[in-house]
Amino acid sequence: MLVVTVTTESGQRRAPKAAKTSSVFKKAVMAVSGIILVLYLIAHMIGNLKAFAGREDFNHYSEWLRTIGNPALPGATTLWIIRIVLLVAVGAHIWAAVSLWRQAKRARPHGYVTKKAVAQSYASRTMRWGGVIIAAFIIWHLLDLTFGAVNKEGHAGTPYDRVLASFQNPVVTIWYAIALILLGMHLRHGIWSATQTLGQSNRRREVTVNYAATAIATVITVGFLLTPFAVLFGLID
Amino acid sequence: MTMTEDPTRATTAPHQERTMRITLRVWRQPDARSAGKMVSYKLNDVSPDMSFLEMLDVLNEQLIMDGEDPVAFDHDCREGICGMCGVMINGRAHGNGLHDGAVQTTTCQLHMRSFKDGDTIDVEPWRASAFPVIKDLAVDRRSFDRIIQAGGYISVPTGTAPEAHATPVPKKDADFAFDAATCIGCGACVAACPNASSMLFTAAKVTHLGLLPQGQPERNDRVVNMVAQQDAEGFGGCTNIGECSASCPKGISMETISRLNHDLLGALRAGTRPKS
Ligand code: HEM
Ligand code: SF4
Ligand code: FES
Repeated sequence: MLVVTVTTESGQRRAPKAAKTSSVFKKAVMAVSGIILVLYLIAHMIGNLKAFAGREDFNHYSEWLRTIGNPALPGATTLWIIRIVLLVAVGAHIWAAVSLWRQAKRARPHGYVTKKAVAQSYASRTMRWGGVIIAAFIIWHLLDLTFGAVNKEGHAGTPYDRVLASFQNPVVTIWYAIALILLGMHLRHGIWSATQTLGQSNRRREVTVNYAATAIATVITVGFLLTPFAVLFGLID
Repeated sequence: MTMTEDPTRATTAPHQERTMRITLRVWRQPDARSAGKMVSYKLNDVSPDMSFLEMLDVLNEQLIMDGEDPVAFDHDCREGICGMCGVMINGRAHGNGLHDGAVQTTTCQLHMRSFKDGDTIDVEPWRASAFPVIKDLAVDRRSFDRIIQAGGYISVPTGTAPEAHATPVPKKDADFAFDAATCIGCGACVAACPNASSMLFTAAKVTHLGLLPQGQPERNDRVVNMVAQQDAEGFGGCTNIGECSASCPKGISMETISRLNHDLLGALRAGTRPKS
């Protein structure tokens, strides 16, 4: 199939030793950690909607999160287990993403003068930089609502007060909305991609998988945006 | 009796009416080590019936007449089956996707009627570190051969061909295996992929052999070694974007990639590790 000489010795590179270094293995790490994060997001979104039930219920829910399993388990054991699983998942996800990003950069050091996309979606194109923005958002989000460090109410107020303090500010709500739309797109491509990566897609299922990915991404994005916009427009106070 | 002449026909000669003027911007690079650049050339007598490669032949005749170095490009069968002829045409691999309505084509099967009189056409080589440029538009795709050598085969005793009925293959599997086997190893998938990943090529081979009874004994080793080799060659990882399948002259489907992943994860779980 080639006109050049057919010796294969020269230029032959050695295969990596461990399967761990395989790009497909890294993708599987990304897919599994991504799915853990998606499951968490669904639970988290349902929890956030408690804000519509009022101050009492919301704060009570927040308190419950810190006492799940009491008195069999001491203090916030369950919450800490969840936090550790999430930290490991985020760490693994970002490790795989960065490593594959660098591999892709090495694979094409000089780009085309003219390159046109034939099939790629905006969502698939923004996975990497979108992911970086989502990571920045998560850090800010924790400082704001979990630790209260960048929140007017600080750590002294109740969780409900911190939610109000944040989202009554339109700038915060808009930044939150942008991050969630990016997250929605990340999940739109990510859920389809994870299905492929885990070897669960085929030509027959492809359309269904893509619709399901859009549906889940939309529900998560809209579900998360209801609370901040309700606060901004004074439906919750 | 004489026929009345069509007045519109009488005034212009048929071939004049049909030739096109094309401006080409071609990537010129003397060898793998030197830097390259786009160079413009004008062609005045391009017939819409020419294939893209015939148009490049015309350019080269013109360059040779002018005492210049002709443009190096690869080709062999010129009938869409050998996989040698790929170039980027206006930013699309083999020019696939130039127009709405997916036309699956190789560069040799793309015709100049796909362009308009006066068009400027950019022609570039496949760009991937695993496909180094040899000269101008010709790239070295031996990395694909090494991926095949890593597992894209079955081991069988040689001798007379076995009785075809001895090994039944379900129709569905035979059809899909054949679809996957139509991959001609052209490299358009790598060229079009934003990650320069060879996943579609490798997946086509893994699917083709993995669906057939003859491919079973080496199935786990095949996928693990072929993936290890494509990583070692310096191809990027797949992110399921789909540019490959949309640019593939043979329409190899994204399902093959899912099958490769499925086989790879299964093989890793079964304890298969890459050789060497
Ligand atoms: C709430 C946070 C996140 C969730 C739920 C999530 C979810 C997912 C899922 C399900 C996938 C698909 C896995 C696959 O392709 O097989 C994925 C892929 C990816 N994620 Fe995330 N992710 C999150 C955050 C991030 C962050 C912070 C980054 C930053 C670096 C990131 C970067 C990527 C990249 C680069 C991919 C691969 C892109 C692709 O497959 O085309 N993600 N993510
Ligand atoms: S999968 Fe398609 S684009 Fe890739 S090498 Fe095979 S025929 Fe060419
Ligand atoms: S020259 Fe053989 S496929 Fe184009």
